[in-house]
Amino acid sequence: MGVIGTSPPRSDGLDKLRGTAGYVDDLAGEDTWHGATVRTSVACGTVLAIDAAAARAADPDVVVVTAADLPGPNVLPVIQNDWPVLADGTIEHLNQPVALVAAPTRARARAAADLVSVEVEPSEPVLGLDAAHEVLASCSIDHGDVDVAIADAEHVIEGTFESGLQEHVYIETQGMLARVEGGVLTVVGSLQCPYYLQHALEAVFAPTGFEIRVTQATTGGGFGGKEEFPDQIGAHAALLAWKSGHEVVLLYDRHEDIIGTTKRHPARVTHRTAVSGDGTLIAQDIEVLLDGGAFVTLSPVVLSRAVIHAGGPYRCRNVRIRGRVLKTNTPPNGAFRGFGAPQSQLGAERQMDQIARRLGIDPLTARRINAYRDGDVTPTGQVLDASTSALEVLETTARRADFLTRWKTNESARVDALDDGAPRDGIGIALAWHGSGFTGDGERRLRARAGIEVDDGGRPWVLSASTDFGQGTEVVFQQIVAEALGVFPEDVGIRPPDTHLVPDSGPTVASRTVMIVGSLLHRAAREIRGRVGDGPEPFQERAAAWIAANGPLKAETMHQTPPGATFDESTYRGVAYPAYGWICDVVEVSVDPDTLLVTPRKVTVACDVGRAVNPALCAGQIEGGTLQAVAWAYLEEVKCENGRYLNDRLQTCLIPTTRDAPELDVRLVENPSPAGPLGTKGVGEIPMDAGAPATLAAIENATGIAASSVPATPERLLELMEDAP
Amino acid sequence: MSRHALIVDGRRILVERDPMDRLLDVLRDAGAKGVREGCGEGECGSCTVLLDDQPVCACLVPVFQADGASIVTSAGVIDAAGQDALASAMLTEGGVQCGACTPGIAVTAHALLAKDPAPDRDAVRDALAGNLCRCTGYERILRAVLRAATAKEEAS
Ligand code: FES
Ligand code: FES
Repeated sequence: MGVIGTSPPRSDGLDKLRGTAGYVDDLAGEDTWHGATVRTSVACGTVLAIDAAAARAADPDVVVVTAADLPGPNVLPVIQNDWPVLADGTIEHLNQPVALVAAPTRARARAAADLVSVEVEPSEPVLGLDAAHEVLASCSIDHGDVDVAIADAEHVIEGTFESGLQEHVYIETQGMLARVEGGVLTVVGSLQCPYYLQHALEAVFAPTGFEIRVTQATTGGGFGGKEEFPDQIGAHAALLAWKSGHEVVLLYDRHEDIIGTTKRHPARVTHRTAVSGDGTLIAQDIEVLLDGGAFVTLSPVVLSRAVIHAGGPYRCRNVRIRGRVLKTNTPPNGAFRGFGAPQSQLGAERQMDQIARRLGIDPLTARRINAYRDGDVTPTGQVLDASTSALEVLETTARRADFLTRWKTNESARVDALDDGAPRDGIGIALAWHGSGFTGDGERRLRARAGIEVDDGGRPWVLSASTDFGQGTEVVFQQIVAEALGVFPEDVGIRPPDTHLVPDSGPTVASRTVMIVGSLLHRAAREIRGRVGDGPEPFQERAAAWIAANGPLKAETMHQTPPGATFDESTYRGVAYPAYGWICDVVEVSVDPDTLLVTPRKVTVACDVGRAVNPALCAGQIEGGTLQAVAWAYLEEVKCENGRYLNDRLQTCLIPTTRDAPELDVRLVENPSPAGPLGTKGVGEIPMDAGAPATLAAIENATGIAASSVPATPERLLELMEDAP
Repeated sequence: MSRHALIVDGRRILVERDPMDRLLDVLRDAGAKGVREGCGEGECGSCTVLLDDQPVCACLVPVFQADGASIVTSAGVIDAAGQDALASAMLTEGGVQCGACTPGIAVTAHALLAKDPAPDRDAVRDALAGNLCRCTGYERILRAVLRAATAKEEAS
């Protein structure tokens, strides 16, 4: 029917425009109670006593929950069991939840929370990577012989690259609504992964015997921020509902959302690279350090992705990468679009620029020489398939932006520049890769399931736990199923991501939805079509007749990793990802030479997405991610002092407005992945990988200041300029 | 507590509220869920409504200041069938992703087009500078507003 590759608009657009889409804060009724959270006031210490007497005296209706009230173990299981539901004894970070309050109105809940007193014995917190020593996770890759190669090398170039906290700033803050009714605990909320919360609630409420049901409300952005954090706020709302006997909604305002939720891991990446005189990489010796915050949560898998991508999209025979996550006393850092790869590739790309500069070659040539070709072997020993597009996206972007000529013009203009205060133009390029889907054996272990069921009228329905928090997943799934069944996209229904209605398709993370779950749906749809058979009547009629004759019509498929595609997590050898996306960004900036204020003007992007099911939505993902990446490079910063985030409201926690946003010119490249029936590759995260290093390169081209860390704020650039020899 | 009369999307409502209550809460309690809180301090624009034709942040307006005023929310600027130029441009261009910013953007864009039926890209950027969107990178929103302007011009 040819619906793949077209761009029907998303089905929920009109409701979103009018305001009738049903976010969690729209769902609370007159009788719904409100929750509030009591948080610790020190970054490290011991809870000596919690006293809620004053709160209860002032408002006898209020319900208070502390760790002592939990029905089961005080732990939110993620990878390890170290993330408490509520602080109990030790305090590991500032603003850690220590008690919960519910009351009939939001104002009363907040007033009561203010009256709960927590007596603490403070102790010295560990803050920042320099002070940190406790290792939360580690991993390493060894490929070839790095030491010999470095000893023999013509040039050895070293560099250290740092990046700070980044806040998600989804425009809808976190929120959850919970109730207990007839032995069923239902939680509805703003989330990416209904089955993550389902499993967390099963653990926390195990002794109660409740049946657990989790549903996603319309969700106003996530970017990873609603991957694991909803386990905590969801459990909190559920505890209040259970203890109070009322439906309870727990909503964070922006301030609480910033102080209490996860951020992107700060990172320090160190490179020692051996190169030959013509710029060919001979050896890469890389260390990746991440600041994990107080608890393990998802850090081991963030690290794993950071490490596997740390060399950048470049062939190199000798590679050693060591990665560690260190514990500090801040809220746990967690999933954020790109999942460690943006931090490690910032290092790889800035190092590539440094190599080019040292050897006197231009940044485009340096990348051209080293970029992966198909058949190349990655540091984990994976042989890259025929859809390896590093060179294609590089050349496409460079040509569209006329990169080299303009880079050279700016280089010479800089040398001759008058001190006249006129803005300086800069242009920078960066190349990146991003593995689609879970790292290593993740998909094999998860065994994601999805299916199609056809109702008596012949209408097919998608059964999947994949969530839409902006991407347009629904219409993309409709297109995939429509193509397989030979119907129109609008003929395909989507069951809500509700753990009572749909199987566990895995979390909506890791750019896996269209590639992995989309393929499962495609297979299920083909199975249905095979059963119903072809014929002159429309599918709906044939299906209805089939059901009348044979009974219910449903197909469920489970993900199977192809034989041979194995990954050994102890040695880090094997197929790290089923497919890789490739992206190149050219960023143009102008920089005020007096204030060092950076203004991004235009970003040109070419990205290999395998196959674009819905090109408009696909490009929309890339545009949004690109702006997040560029802004991370020069604007976005969460300052942290003594464990406290200093800019803890939107007035100070800046993200770009329309006035800051550059023009975005995105070109989709489609080199289908052989790994799945649809040829799709992940698209959600890859735009986060190249924008920041390209922005720093553009600033360097404009000013000569080679920033190795983000964000390159005017203050940082000034320091670098003053330190320059 | 005092009584306040407002006209919301053409409908008269009477509420009994503390005069300092935020217009944002009053409107949401009255069922206008397209007025959304993103920051509560005038930074994000997701609570944007028209107060006597002027776009304002409903989180910064105490209800007494809206007494007797006509308020228009996104439900008042986007018709239920999505037939108007702005709605169809936002949908076709892909200006809507998660939707959290969308009603506020619709209201601001509507006000711009009422004032300036043929804005250029910079005028749209300036008008929308108080509406944060974290999903789209703004590109498709700007294109949608320009497209809506062209469509309206052609229709008139
Ligand atoms: S909620 Fe009013 S501007 Fe953000
Ligand atoms: S569409 Fe999500 S914030 Fe604009």
